[in-house]
Amino acid sequence: MTDEPNAAPAAPGLAGLLPVALSAVLFAGFLALVPQVADGGAIRLAWDWVPTLGIALSFLVDGLSLTFALLISGIGALVFLYSWAYLGRKPEFGRYTLFLTGFMLSMLGLVLADNLIALFVFWELTTITSYLLIGFNHEQADARRAALQALFVTGAGALAMLAGFILLGFTAGSFELSVILAQGEALRAHALYLPILILILAGTFTKSAQFPFHFWLPNAMAAPTPVSAFLHSATMVKAGVYLMARLHPALSGTEIWMWSLTIFGAITAVFASVVALRQTDLKQALAYTTLMALGTLTLFLGQESGYAMTAFATFLIVHSLYKAALFLVVGNIDYATGTRDARILGGLARTMPVTAFAAALAAMSMAGLPPFLGFIGKELKYAGALAVASEPLVVAGAILIASALMLAVAGVVAIRPFWLPPGGAFPRQPRPAPWPMLTGPVILALLGATFGIYPDTLERALVAPTVAALLGSAEEAKPLVLWAGVNLPLILSVATIVLGVTIYAFKLRLRAALARAEAALPSFDAGWDRFLKGLNRVAVWQTRVIQPGVLRFYIFVTFVTVLIGAAGTMLARGALPALPSLSTVTWDGLALSLLIVAGAAIAAVTGSRIAAMAALGVVGIAVAMIFIVFGAPDVAITQLLVETLVVVLVAVALLRLPALDPPGTRDRRPRDAVLAGAVGLTVTLTLLAVIERPLDRSLTDYFETASWVEAFGRNIVNVILVDFRALDTFGEIAVVVIAALSAYALLRTTDKRRPE
Amino acid sequence: MSWLLATPLALPFLTGVVAFLLRGRPAGRWISVAGNVALLAAAGLLMARVLQSGVIAGQMGGWPAPFGITLVADYLSAVMVVITAITALAVAVYALSDIGARAEKLGYHALFNFLIGGVTGAFLTGDLFNLYVWFEVMLISSFGLLVLGGRREQIDGGVKYVTLNLISTILFLSGIGLLYGMTGTLNMADLAGRVAAHENQGLITVVAMLFMIAFGVKAAVFPLFFWLPASYHTPAFSVSAVFAGLLTKVGVYALIRLFTLVFTGDTGFTHHILLWVAGLTMVTGVLGAAAQTDIRKILSFHIVSQIGYMIMGLALYTPFAVAGAVFYLVHHIIVKANLFLIAGVADRVAGSTALARIGGLYKSAPLLAVLFLIPAFSLAGFPPLSGFWAKYVLVAAALEVQGWIIAAVALLVGLLTIYSMTKIWAEAFWKAHPDGRDPTLAQLDPGVRRRLLLPVGALAALTLVIGFYPEPFVTFAKDAAAQLLDPTAYVVAVLGDPS
Repeated sequence: MTDEPNAAPAAPGLAGLLPVALSAVLFAGFLALVPQVADGGAIRLAWDWVPTLGIALSFLVDGLSLTFALLISGIGALVFLYSWAYLGRKPEFGRYTLFLTGFMLSMLGLVLADNLIALFVFWELTTITSYLLIGFNHEQADARRAALQALFVTGAGALAMLAGFILLGFTAGSFELSVILAQGEALRAHALYLPILILILAGTFTKSAQFPFHFWLPNAMAAPTPVSAFLHSATMVKAGVYLMARLHPALSGTEIWMWSLTIFGAITAVFASVVALRQTDLKQALAYTTLMALGTLTLFLGQESGYAMTAFATFLIVHSLYKAALFLVVGNIDYATGTRDARILGGLARTMPVTAFAAALAAMSMAGLPPFLGFIGKELKYAGALAVASEPLVVAGAILIASALMLAVAGVVAIRPFWLPPGGAFPRQPRPAPWPMLTGPVILALLGATFGIYPDTLERALVAPTVAALLGSAEEAKPLVLWAGVNLPLILSVATIVLGVTIYAFKLRLRAALARAEAALPSFDAGWDRFLKGLNRVAVWQTRVIQPGVLRFYIFVTFVTVLIGAAGTMLARGALPALPSLSTVTWDGLALSLLIVAGAAIAAVTGSRIAAMAALGVVGIAVAMIFIVFGAPDVAITQLLVETLVVVLVAVALLRLPALDPPGTRDRRPRDAVLAGAVGLTVTLTLLAVIERPLDRSLTDYFETASWVEAFGRNIVNVILVDFRALDTFGEIAVVVIAALSAYALLRTTDKRRPE
Repeated sequence: MSWLLATPLALPFLTGVVAFLLRGRPAGRWISVAGNVALLAAAGLLMARVLQSGVIAGQMGGWPAPFGITLVADYLSAVMVVITAITALAVAVYALSDIGARAEKLGYHALFNFLIGGVTGAFLTGDLFNLYVWFEVMLISSFGLLVLGGRREQIDGGVKYVTLNLISTILFLSGIGLLYGMTGTLNMADLAGRVAAHENQGLITVVAMLFMIAFGVKAAVFPLFFWLPASYHTPAFSVSAVFAGLLTKVGVYALIRLFTLVFTGDTGFTHHILLWVAGLTMVTGVLGAAAQTDIRKILSFHIVSQIGYMIMGLALYTPFAVAGAVFYLVHHIIVKANLFLIAGVADRVAGSTALARIGGLYKSAPLLAVLFLIPAFSLAGFPPLSGFWAKYVLVAAALEVQGWIIAAVALLVGLLTIYSMTKIWAEAFWKAHPDGRDPTLAQLDPGVRRRLLLPVGALAALTLVIGFYPEPFVTFAKDAAAQLLDPTAYVVAVLGDPS
């Protein structure tokens, strides 16, 4: 799948250049802060946001955050310029620019935030904007799938991380990073250290695509190429790395920190570089090398030494520069030829010399050849690896393999498409890319070369301050030099180059072997599909079980709940009533009770609606008789009237309906009867328990005295209805009116002579 | 003070009656809008007064509590009335273009406003039996709205709705009878003291469970929520929006009210059960949603799931957690009603709410896409939208008291909520329309478009305001929770100062 960049060289609206200006201004602003920060003067700004929750919009500019901010805004400016030419004429370019600008600002907020929750807010904003950007080609199912995958995987990690942040904030007594980072020792000794660490690493590992959460990143290449260059190489995926670096002073230094970062980082790095070699789509190859870089950075963050931290800071910059450059180069190739297939591409150096030049420079930095910054980065990596506390040789070995493979991939991207003969026909006649698409790769590639030759500037401006942010002192930073004499790192470097060139030479054979090996391994990407399918199956199953659409089942469950709730509580709380004395039972009371029970039973058992209605009428009349027996004739009269009316009206209404009991439900009756009996018994027992104590008559007494004196009525029931509790009566009248209205509306609309 | 409390209750009934008299005439529908503007103003005045002087109470008919019926407004009641008025106004405007002439002729506007009257009554009453009356008003008017139109699926949903809710009604009434038998009072503030003083606390807990189940049905918690997904996708969009926003929330409100004011003697038992209910409600609801392929059905199950969060806040029963529940209530009503309104617009322009049969809205109706993203991502809990703060407070409150499991459940359900919302997004918005049509908003008549989108936009704006400027809302929720957990002010406002 390739993007469909602009069909013709672009002359899109100049408004599309606004974000270029914005990011350039931001970049210049951050650049101006470099001298102050390099001198150790961190800058902190804070505004209140949600003080009740301890959440502030506070920002911290120190070596670490400034390095990231410069990378984000600098590469951002070049990517915006590139996008303008690449996509500027697409109808959805406006949205694209909006999302990408939103993404860049969120990313800046993320790396500059000094408040954990504010950081989280920015973190999730990058998730949302990247979701929208990955899904840019939204009518393609693949793009939608990739967008969801990225959102879901990083979103899952983020939620765990949020829990970790909250616990961290509670433990440290503040969400301000500047407060938290000062409490490293107390935090590491705290009982919650381990859960905090695991939860936060869940967030950073998913965001930075560490194995086994790596699979979303190559799929995210469904995004347009400039997005891939920006989000999935230089910025978003580095958010996880950034956070681990940010929290390094607070959380690092324990065994669990060291081992989890080292192991996950090393596995990711080696695994990714092996798979990278196998790819034939140039963009995919680069995506996997990004994984390799993220693994390496994570590995270094697991350590404590000055070498490791210097290696981290340097490689961070090296990688961002060459990776963004190479992605943009691949975009140019795609634009020029309509394909990114390494097996077809070749001979482009003549059509696109500038791109070829940039590709060569960037690839040499990636391959770690002198005199590029990549070389210094690689030397430092080896020095850092050898300084690892335990198993330095294993770590160095892992880096050796990864670096050699990286060199081979650099060859695939920079040599094959430009300098070797093509392997097939291109989808379109090659055309040169316009200048805005050349600016980015060239500048980025040149920076890699310049910093390689003059590493002191970079060291003083960014690397040492970053190390200072990590280890507390710039003294710990190791020097960046091209020639450090013949030492073990240099020997390893030479070995890397030899091995890398060999791999490149045999890449075709290796590719086939790797493809076979990979096919034999379980695929995480297929696992994702299985996960979604499984989720859906569970969801459907659950819904079928608890929401089958059968009212009888719903009623049954509701009453089971009542039974468990009431009877269970009665037993659990010892609220059973004492056995009532039978001496108070009167013959008339007993007879009426039996009448009620019989009426209810007949109503439940009969198959005729009319009979059921009549049986219920018996119940009502028996209840009215009870009122008479207990001396409330006025209530009884009301009850009798209502009961008679209801029976007559409903019976008339029911006349035309079919008989009850569709076949097949009868067998459930015993079960229902048991339940009904049990619920009835529970209510009876509750009632018996209630009447064990005499009724508080204060309300009745008040009504008796106030009824005539204050409300001027002799019939207390009437006075209660129209005066003491007139609001109830108003409501009940409303109920009757509304019922009539509803019935009217229902009858009118369902009338067959007046179809809707 | 009484008129401040009685106006938000009386206005909807008045509006309903006038709207009924003028039904079928153009003025009839505008009466509904005007009445709800007035309701919003009345609610605003009430809120201003409550903010100024704390809990206020009015004795209806001048009969002193606990003998007459008392209306009470504390922070929670006041904010619920305000949010009801906002939702009602939004839906009333939307209904101008959503409800057909025939339904209007049959009294739609009257039923709608009576429903709102029942809702505000439930929020304002300080009397348990009176609460029951407002529940009945709500039940019967909502049933009328639900089946208005008389399509087969409406009747089917309506029957389930009314049957299960009637069971709740019976339980509620039985509970009132039993409680009255034990305490001799119906006034809730009076009940607070008398229930606490009752010698048989075990029996009190049994009765409390009856109330929990009765309100649990209303609030649509596990395992009592069947009626909701069975019916909410069937009526007119205006109707399902107002149901989605308000109906279950009255149940949640009643649970919060009774289980902070009256039934607080055995929280180790009752609130522990509520915590289980909360977790299971969240999970079953969100899984139910994951299985659906129709926008309204997805949204309906999500109501269930979200109710779980509110119950979680109540169940944790700390000031922070209850504040979370209050915040969640307010946030949820706005967002949920809005999503149903948006579903209606999507249905209008794309032809259906079945995800398989629509698409292309992102490309052709970008404004609608933005308007959907705001409430949808808010519901999913993305920052900095209102839903994030709601979830944040609840999760933090759970972690604060070492509620690891419920916190994990809340977060996980949040993730699955994202899944559902992105499903709607990917299918209805991103995917191309299967019939190849362009579902633009321009195909709507300009007047219709305005009346449909204005309320949607207003509610979305409110979501953004809460999201970007949460401080006053969080503070308010905290104060509301403080009032709930220490009901002294409430009791004094109703019964007078005992000293």
